[in-house]
Amino acid sequence: MEILVCVKNVPDTGEEEIELDGNDLDYDELTYVVNEWDNYAVEEAIQIADKVGGNVTVITVGNEDADEVLRREMAMGAGNAIHLEDEAFEKSDAKGVATILKAAVDKGKYDLILTGAQADAGYGAVGGMLAAMLDYPYASLVNKIEVGSGKLTVGREIEGGNTEMNEIELPCVLSIQTGINEPRYVGIKGIKQVSGVDIPKFAASDLGLDESSVGEEGAIVKRQDYFIPEAGEGAEMLEGSDDEIIAKLIEILKANGGL
Amino acid sequence: MAQFFAYVQHADGVIEDTAAELAAAAKAMGADSVTAIVTGSGVDAAASAAGEFFNEVYKIDNADLAYPNAEVVRKAVAAVVPAGSVVLMSHGTFAMDMGPGLSIKTNAAYIADVTGIDGVDGTTLKVVRTELGGNISTHVNADIANGAVITLRPGAVEPAAGGVGGAVADKSGEAGDLSAKRKFIEVVTPEAGGVDITKAEVLVSIGRGIEEEDNIELAMELKEAIGSKAEVSCSRPIVDAKWLEPARQVGTSGKTVKPNVYLALGISGSFQHLGGIKGGIIIAVNKNPNAPIFQAADYGIEADILEFIPALTEKINDL
Repeated sequence: MEILVCVKNVPDTGEEEIELDGNDLDYDELTYVVNEWDNYAVEEAIQIADKVGGNVTVITVGNEDADEVLRREMAMGAGNAIHLEDEAFEKSDAKGVATILKAAVDKGKYDLILTGAQADAGYGAVGGMLAAMLDYPYASLVNKIEVGSGKLTVGREIEGGNTEMNEIELPCVLSIQTGINEPRYVGIKGIKQVSGVDIPKFAASDLGLDESSVGEEGAIVKRQDYFIPEAGEGAEMLEGSDDEIIAKLIEILKANGGL
Repeated sequence: MAQFFAYVQHADGVIEDTAAELAAAAKAMGADSVTAIVTGSGVDAAASAAGEFFNEVYKIDNADLAYPNAEVVRKAVAAVVPAGSVVLMSHGTFAMDMGPGLSIKTNAAYIADVTGIDGVDGTTLKVVRTELGGNISTHVNADIANGAVITLRPGAVEPAAGGVGGAVADKSGEAGDLSAKRKFIEVVTPEAGGVDITKAEVLVSIGRGIEEEDNIELAMELKEAIGSKAEVSCSRPIVDAKWLEPARQVGTSGKTVKPNVYLALGISGSFQHLGGIKGGIIIAVNKNPNAPIFQAADYGIEADILEFIPALTEKINDL
């Protein structure tokens, strides 16, 4: 099975407070990592290829910094990587990214295309758009995959902890939910081993793309800024020394049937 | 002015509460009239119910639509909405499945998980949404000259009043070819048994802020200190990391809970997580003062849980 996994380099925001520089992110304060969902997608692809045979290719749309993400996923075990890089791709909306990926998919032959269920912008849109452009069937939020003959049985995570089981024909596009597997650890040694690998790059012209259909020019959905919403009433913040805060908290617990 | 539609989800003849929010959202985008789309097999009751909030209801009744398989429903919806329409859905696992593909097939803009609506200026729709795991907001402009598919975060807008009394139009004959390369098999519910966090009076609930598997013990010790009325629950990342079992997950993809006190420890407070907390007071402890959880909580403490939890446990044990 030929498997393509779409991955993305995203800001690592973790649990820390996000710093703004005016109405934009403070990029000096940001480190970038592979989108969390994508690690699960790559792990799943590797496990499928190990089980039924085949190759795993990771692909990204991104600037030169995204190279690191592709190498990290190769160190996990993806055999090939493709880097779609062009100034004309910058500030693409989800449809733009799907358009670029579709052009790259058309140059290859893949049985299964995986994406993460969502990335930093939270649209969760690229996989479903890519599938619709390719006229492939699509299933989102996949947390279980069993390979059959010419088809897959996939579980989708739906509300209430339930799983919706579907049969889907190949080729298809799936968006992968976190928790489907345990992504393997990537050590520095593994990354070193792939540091010299030549990763093919394709620009808009290589993909036969009209530059006006992608990037900022092609985008019909545009983010205007970042902002921290004005706080509403919100929580009553408990303040004071640690002992005072804990004493107040214990009173609140007692008053509300907590102790 | 574009025509406005709302895809209304339903079960057992009852429409979801979010239908009234979709009607209100369309009005906030300037819609004079909003048409509900109700699909399924034997959907007269749900279609009638949708008339309460919408000016018209398109009913698409077909055995192939008995279960809402997004790949099938998408075809039916695309077949009945005119080019340039705005289609609204409630942001959930169904909308995430259908929305992106529908926007491609209808050549419309796609805007997911909208949390606020600023209005329409010409063909520019202005909305608010969040990025980076809900930790930051953005203003988004979308060109909706060719229509739009919009998913609305549940609870983001005040629901519209009922009493509209829209009539049902049967569009079943216009749905066209509903064949699909994805077939629904069944819904599997998790096995019962084990821990039941829905019965606990106090939930000691931990999130990413716990940082390491070994630190789960801190939450267990706090639970022990509080006593038998308490149980340990968690947010999604803890289950994804396999540090706790899925039965302990609170949220739309986990359990819905209603304790007296919900101690949210190192939980940022995504809307999917908050969607699972339906009662009691919420006390949040987080080192990020801008964490969304502080907007939802009754009481907040800005602190590192790895230091705070043991200190609290000790004080409770001393009582």
